Amino acid sequence: MSSSIKNDWVLKVENLTKIYGSYSDETIALTGPQRGTNICPITGSIVACANISFELYPGEVLGIVGESGSGKSTIVKQLFFDMEVTNGNAYLKPYKNGTVNILTESNQKKRYMRNHLMGMVYQNPRDGLNFSFTSGGNIAEKLLMADMFHVGKIRERASSLLSKTEVPVARMDDLPAYFSGGMQQRVQISKAIANNPPLLFLDEITSGLDVSVQAKVLDLIRGLQRELGIAMIVVSHDLSVIRMLTDRTLVLKDGRIVERGLTDQILQDPQHEYTQLLVSSLL
Amino acid sequence: MIENIKFNSSYNFAFIDETTKKEIRRKLLKAICIPGYQVPYSSPEMPIARGWGTGGLHLTLALIGKTDTLKMIDQGSDASVNACNLRDFVQLTTNCKTTYDTNEATLIQTRHRITEEKLTDKQIMVFQVPQPEPLRRVERYEYKTRQMHAESDYAKMWLTLYEAFVKWGDVMHGAGYPVMVNGRYIMSPSPIPRWDVPNLNMADCIYLFGAGREKRLYAVPPHTRVEPLEFEDVKFHIENFKDVKCESTGYNIAYMDEMYQDDGITKKFYINDSNFLDKMIEKIAVNQHSNKYINQLKKNEQ
Amino acid sequence: MATILEVKNLRKFFHLYILNNKQIEALTDVEFSMEEGEIVGLTGKSGSGKSTLMKTIYRTYLANEGEINYLSSASGIVDLVTANEHTVLELRRKEITYCSQFLKVIPRVTAVDVVADPIVKKESDRILAREVATELIQKLGLPKELWDAFPSTFSGGEQQRINIAHAIISKPRFLLVDEPTASLDAKTKDIVIELILDLKKQGTSVLLITHDEYTLSNLADKIVHLQHGRIVEQTYA
Repeated sequence: MSSSIKNDWVLKVENLTKIYGSYSDETIALTGPQRGTNICPITGSIVACANISFELYPGEVLGIVGESGSGKSTIVKQLFFDMEVTNGNAYLKPYKNGTVNILTESNQKKRYMRNHLMGMVYQNPRDGLNFSFTSGGNIAEKLLMADMFHVGKIRERASSLLSKTEVPVARMDDLPAYFSGGMQQRVQISKAIANNPPLLFLDEITSGLDVSVQAKVLDLIRGLQRELGIAMIVVSHDLSVIRMLTDRTLVLKDGRIVERGLTDQILQDPQHEYTQLLVSSLL
Repeated sequence: MIENIKFNSSYNFAFIDETTKKEIRRKLLKAICIPGYQVPYSSPEMPIARGWGTGGLHLTLALIGKTDTLKMIDQGSDASVNACNLRDFVQLTTNCKTTYDTNEATLIQTRHRITEEKLTDKQIMVFQVPQPEPLRRVERYEYKTRQMHAESDYAKMWLTLYEAFVKWGDVMHGAGYPVMVNGRYIMSPSPIPRWDVPNLNMADCIYLFGAGREKRLYAVPPHTRVEPLEFEDVKFHIENFKDVKCESTGYNIAYMDEMYQDDGITKKFYINDSNFLDKMIEKIAVNQHSNKYINQLKKNEQ
Repeated sequence: MATILEVKNLRKFFHLYILNNKQIEALTDVEFSMEEGEIVGLTGKSGSGKSTLMKTIYRTYLANEGEINYLSSASGIVDLVTANEHTVLELRRKEITYCSQFLKVIPRVTAVDVVADPIVKKESDRILAREVATELIQKLGLPKELWDAFPSTFSGGEQQRINIAHAIISKPRFLLVDEPTASLDAKTKDIVIELILDLKKQGTSVLLITHDEYTLSNLADKIVHLQHGRIVEQTYA
């Protein structure tokens, strides 16, 4: 049916692979969930992720779930150009209409995509924020990157973002180092969405927070998603985060996708042995 | 056999051997070709320590010829110890003519000032630069700053200006205000006061910058756009001498020195550029720099 | 009238790796069809596979064999067993809604907002959507003081009303509804029945699971009876 729907993905990823160390032709075959390891027995290289392919549609939220070391973060870090890829292609619809592999573009073009078309919220606010700049300044950095050179407009935008993420605007000119963990995470979220990116990556954003703060951050993300219709990739080891935020889910083990499906299907009718274990471990 | 010129005589003309001079000139040509781009160069040994004007000296010695007339300035004054010693050194090794008169010089080496007198297309000005990297205060790693320059990734630099404005209500960078050269590279103009920064823009002369300790040189060729970083709503401005006047001349459209008197309380102002000051006192006509900031001041005077 | 749903040769089993590879047969050879605007009641004892069938149609469960051909208004016939996830999500957003036995709502969202959620597309619609939602839960007799409370704290009957309101507010083309009247009093039951009949008048096709004779006899045009995961009887009312 409708090939028209199939073509309006916002992000398309093909065979994304990341291997640390020198590897041979058999490395990928000798690692993975069937082998129960991601370390190649011959070369000793580590396969962080291999042959990851998926599509993401506008306004859709995709979850990536798996245990520590399964390669979840590696995927989004590669797509956000924090990490070099070993292999694979990725296409971003808003960039040259999705005709160019973004992973092989020049650094300058990648920077443009990061600044205009993507946002990233890291687990540790220190990765996404510069703690020696004020919280308003951190948002300003993103706006300056997108060539907004009007202090008044920058401050207007920053304060509207902060109030949207429920950070007291009065604290705009304070350093995020003096904020609580939950508030730092909100500032990070404000920064990530400052340029209205069509694509947002969330990497374990609630893992360092206590439960009540977690809930508030999740509510915030869900609200923003509804309001702004941003396509998101949510990386989490926590199935309750996945259940609350995502429409579709990829289950990762030893760097491979072992199962993919609608989130409610993954949770209620898991097909793969590993997913069944994961779901049955849900508290 | 290679002739050992360096040790045959006591020293070569202009101290540095010809091969090294050639290297510096080649790097200068490159710097001229890419305005604002920092070119690494050899920074040969000098009989003074690096960081004491060696960068400027390298450039001056590589460029100077027998017919050149040299002027040496240290923060507006030709008479400071630094200026005297460097001038004596160049004069000793080249036997060139030296001058106090800005107008007469063909080559001017300066520390932290641009002359008030406008330079012509027959003149070259060489700056001594302590820190050539304008991004150093936002990024400490050299490999990263080079990448930032390569990719025009200047958001962090802009952010320091934003933060300064948020903290102090103004962009407080005094000396060495960062400038955008030819719309491409952010450059440190060396620690000249803001007063001098607009005079880099669209000049007739060549401005050359040498940082001996950091082994970098860069250039602003004639008629090149040099714009101080400013926001659309928070503008660059020069130092304000609105309510003071030079004690000797009564003039106040020039960069001023603030002199505390012996009582330690009262202070008097004098024009900093000593040659310009003397010419004003002697009522010799001077072709002063004009730029939109100075023009505005002159307009306000009327 | 067109056939909106055609289930063919459907088989569903659960393979449980964590229970020593136990395999549980849930549905075998299920075949039935529904016409547009029809209300079909699924009956059978607990464990006969009614809910499994409904979830398989909704794609919460993945079928192992067979076809579920759904006639979409936008994109023609779609096999819900094999359609890609994106297509299924689009259908869920626009045409098919599922009202389960148990309320699964997002925590910390008020009753009115839960109900209004399916019809809020842009933030600017929210005020209007809340009005429609309020009207609906008022009709269902939810006490006013609960409108701005969180449904996770509600009683069974109150949650049930929220659940139904949430499912029908968008006037879906195809409604899957599991035990809509189970924990409701007689008066509310009648209101729910009336609401579903209203939807039917507007063209909605409904697949209904109920144990309740009264609800079934008032709503169903056709009854499909399941036993041990097989259809044993199909009768028209």
